[in-house]
Amino acid sequence: MAGTPFDLQLLNLCAALLLLLSFAMLAQRRVVILVNLLAIQGVLLFVATLLLAWRTGERHLYLSAGLTLALKVVLLPWLLHRLIRRLQVYWDTEPLLNISGTMLVGLLVVVFAFGLAQPIAALASTATRSAIGIALAVILLSFVTMITRRKAMSQVVGFLSMENGLFFGAMSATYGMPMIVEFGVALDVLVAVLVLGVFFFQIREQFDSLDLHHFESLKESPAFKKSASPEPVRSAQEH
Amino acid sequence: MKPLEILTQALELIAALAAAPLFLGWVNQCRAWLQNRRAPSIWLPYRGIRKLFHKDAVIAENASPLFRLAPYIVFGAMLVAAGIIPSMGTRLPFTIAADAIALVGLLATARVFLSLAAIDIGTAFGTLGARREMMVGFLAEPALLMVIFVASIISATTALPAIAENLATQTLGLYPSLAFTAVAFTLILLAENARIPIDNPATHLELTMIHEAMVLEYSARHLALMEWAAALKLFNYACIGFALFLPWGISTGAGGPLSLLASIPLLAAKLTVTGAALAFIETISAKLRVFRAPEFLAIAFMLAVLGLLVHLLLGA
Repeated sequence: MAGTPFDLQLLNLCAALLLLLSFAMLAQRRVVILVNLLAIQGVLLFVATLLLAWRTGERHLYLSAGLTLALKVVLLPWLLHRLIRRLQVYWDTEPLLNISGTMLVGLLVVVFAFGLAQPIAALASTATRSAIGIALAVILLSFVTMITRRKAMSQVVGFLSMENGLFFGAMSATYGMPMIVEFGVALDVLVAVLVLGVFFFQIREQFDSLDLHHFESLKESPAFKKSASPEPVRSAQEH
Repeated sequence: MKPLEILTQALELIAALAAAPLFLGWVNQCRAWLQNRRAPSIWLPYRGIRKLFHKDAVIAENASPLFRLAPYIVFGAMLVAAGIIPSMGTRLPFTIAADAIALVGLLATARVFLSLAAIDIGTAFGTLGARREMMVGFLAEPALLMVIFVASIISATTALPAIAENLATQTLGLYPSLAFTAVAFTLILLAENARIPIDNPATHLELTMIHEAMVLEYSARHLALMEWAAALKLFNYACIGFALFLPWGISTGAGGPLSLLASIPLLAAKLTVTGAALAFIETISAKLRVFRAPEFLAIAFMLAVLGLLVHLLLGA
């Protein structure tokens, strides 16, 4: 540790904080704070990308840092906050497992991810290769976040944080993806959030709630007769 | 054994005994200031202990000898712990006897006897307090061990003085693992010492108390020892925190008597700041329901394990 240069130490700190944030997301009960955590994750990603760009001198990393700042720190959280305001889903929570249980599952997932990343990290030649495990853990923890939440809003936040993890993984394994791929992914994520926003309104119109639990029933249950949909919900596949 | 080492050891024990109630008084004073109350005197814990020692003890008819013995055992365990934890110097003759893991065991022994004495009397409150204490204890202990393991792995030893010496002499760097474990340790300190998110030290409201419920049946010298032991416990935890996370200024072997002398005001400064910070944390947080306590301690455990994993992966 004593011999590590300071910028690499800072990068390691960013990686560790990213992992901590994933756990904070896992434990969080309120969706507004969840979105704020996503924004902080974006800030950390931005800082990490800048540090890496400064360290390696690769010009395209500055560009992707700017893209991260614009998209993940400003635009997406703003979009999500607007959606929350419009849908009035401030209390969108109810994890399937209790918090302590989720934490323990999360820890196991992290151990698994670190074990999985060891051979990959041994092959990589970048200075940040030890962070690959953390990136993998962030991805898997986002998965867990998505699995343990019922409501659509938290699942979307989990999805976005998974994308953050992928981005960080690519960065630490190969100093970032080719620019064209990065732009493509960024655009995809943006479009996905816009489309999902429209979806939310449709889901709420059909079910009067954003609880994805309702998707599991194949037939229209009597409880939803009153929602007066013009045609009955036929199957889960439609959504 | 050199005379200086024996002097260090004696100084640490006396300092712990003398300063523990003062530290408690300081925390209470800060808390009162932050809550816009008139603060009680900083010497209040001493006066309370003196008053209690002058009273006649009343003991319940159906109390077993265990009930009489427990205060001495608890107090003794805390005193021995104070001798093991390096607060001023790292060259302590006592530390050959026990490393950090044994220290956790020592603290657990005190907890077990405290709880047994509370159950022994057979009152409802005592049993209730003992059960809650055991619940908090069995969740906090693994977390505390994890915190110690992280520091042990970094410095490759489980002896607390060696850890403190190693961390104090290392070049400064960013250790995310130590930062995580420091937060975890703060949570454990709050839970173990019956501070606010878990228990309220100032309350005698029956349904929420944990520590107070256990010592409810004690009086006079027994109660004085119990309260002194509780103050010592807080002092000990603070010193463990210093040894693991703020070891600078501690007198190492090379320093000689002058560095030992210099470490005394440093320890006082650290305690002052820590006491104020503790009071601040207690003021801004609300007491959790008892059933939320496992969640609180699960977070502490998670942070400690995360620190361990991050250290193993990043080497930082």
